[in-house]
Amino acid sequence: MAISTETWVQAASFLGAGFSVGFGAIGAALGEGYAAGKASQAIGRNPAMSGAILKNMLIGQAVAESAGIFALVIAMLLCFMDVQGAPMIEAFGLLGSGLAMGLAAIGSGAGGGYPAAEACLGIADNPPTQGALTTNMLIGSAVSQTPAIFGMVVAFMLMFMDWSGQPLWPGWAALLGAGLSVGLAAIGSGVGSGMPAGSSTAGMARQPGAANQIRTNMLIGSAVSQTPAIFGMVVAFMLMFIDWNGQPPSPTWAALLGAGISTGLSAIGPGLGNGFTAQEAAAGVARTPEASGPITTTMLIGQTVAQSTVIYGFLVSLILLFIPRGASESMVAWAAPLSAGICMGFGGIGPGVGEGIAAAYTVNRIARDHQGISVLLTRVMLVGQAVSESTGIYALIVALLLLFVV
Amino acid sequence: MAIEGADLVRAAALLGAGISMGLGAIGPGVGEGFAAGKACEAIGRNPKEAGLLTRTMLVGQAVSESTGIYSLVVSLLLIFVV
Repeated sequence: MAISTETWVQAASFLGAGFSVGFGAIGAALGEGYAAGKASQAIGRNPAMSGAILKNMLIGQAVAESAGIFALVIAMLLCFMDVQGAPMIEAFGLLGSGLAMGLAAIGSGAGGGYPAAEACLGIADNPPTQGALTTNMLIGSAVSQTPAIFGMVVAFMLMFMDWSGQPLWPGWAALLGAGLSVGLAAIGSGVGSGMPAGSSTAGMARQPGAANQIRTNMLIGSAVSQTPAIFGMVVAFMLMFIDWNGQPPSPTWAALLGAGISTGLSAIGPGLGNGFTAQEAAAGVARTPEASGPITTTMLIGQTVAQSTVIYGFLVSLILLFIPRGASESMVAWAAPLSAGICMGFGGIGPGVGEGIAAAYTVNRIARDHQGISVLLTRVMLVGQAVSESTGIYALIVALLLLFVV
Repeated sequence: MAIEGADLVRAAALLGAGISMGLGAIGPGVGEGFAAGKACEAIGRNPKEAGLLTRTMLVGQAVSESTGIYSLVVSLLLIFVV
């Protein structure tokens, strides 16, 4: 029995709907559950403030929920998509759309829980700071929603743009790769920008006088944590907007899929790692506001080094996208570029997280004792990060060997 | 097109090389970063022992690096020898 193109597109649309709200429900539920747990703890500490704590919890959870709602909206649209006369390539656009939104909602949903939880605890411990805490929570969780919005933008484009001008081969891989790239890259950044939002809210409850310095540091730290998600979005745009007509179907499809996987996966580590560093920096500024200069400097140095693996991932993606490959039907021809993307993608996760943790401890110490020690500590941090970087460099070397030597 | 055995094996070896090095890089990266962080914390508490602590950190990281090097060796074997 022959299956019509329309049926395939319809099936892909339903599958995409499942991916979207299935993945998208993970993060929001975790973040809100964490907030609810901490709100209960806060009410236990200070039952007199239970009304204010409950209200704050609900506001914070509503923001964390937004990533889940984006995923629900995309899933609904995919459920009721009109697929009349759609060409086969639309199937991959719809599947990619679901993946982009679903994966991108994980990090933002989980990240939005931290500031909500810390604001509830802060209200219990220092009731007069209530208004300032809720405001800071809202700013912080709004920033942590950005990666989910990147995912939604790409999901809408994959869903509603007309892909009939692109060839099915290798265009299908470009559309799936775009979804994976923006979706995976948003996970680390979403969680990573939630962490400083949480610790800055906690810090403000203890040191209301330093609110401005704490907020500034938090915004810088979470903005840097967003960078990996932006790399993922840039790769997704390139995959969607380059004209793939005239390219040899094989092995170009593997290069396009590999390009999405490389930047997408390698962005998870630096996103999380930058979050760890920013979390300790915001906490440190709250503890020692007069040290905010050295703390912010060390935070930025540490975060920059931790970004390096996503830059390797981006580099491998650019090579995969822009260096043309001769047509070949052999399996080796497509296995090599796909493997290069997988290698650099996974290889970027560990060093990104590890270097972020190294910088987090360093920032924490500088906040405790910044007189004359910050230079020594920054130097040791850089040595330690360089060693931690080595496996990321091995992954880059293997990826380049797979791309240029095999 | 019929799949040829040699082509299939070579393709699997290359995919294996990427998966080996990619996944193998996760653990050492996180572990060495953690060691570096704790070393910085300890130096912050006791700056006089900075030399000793840095040396200890590097020895610990070198041991933690070993599994990453195993992955690299296996990847290179899969690419160039097998």
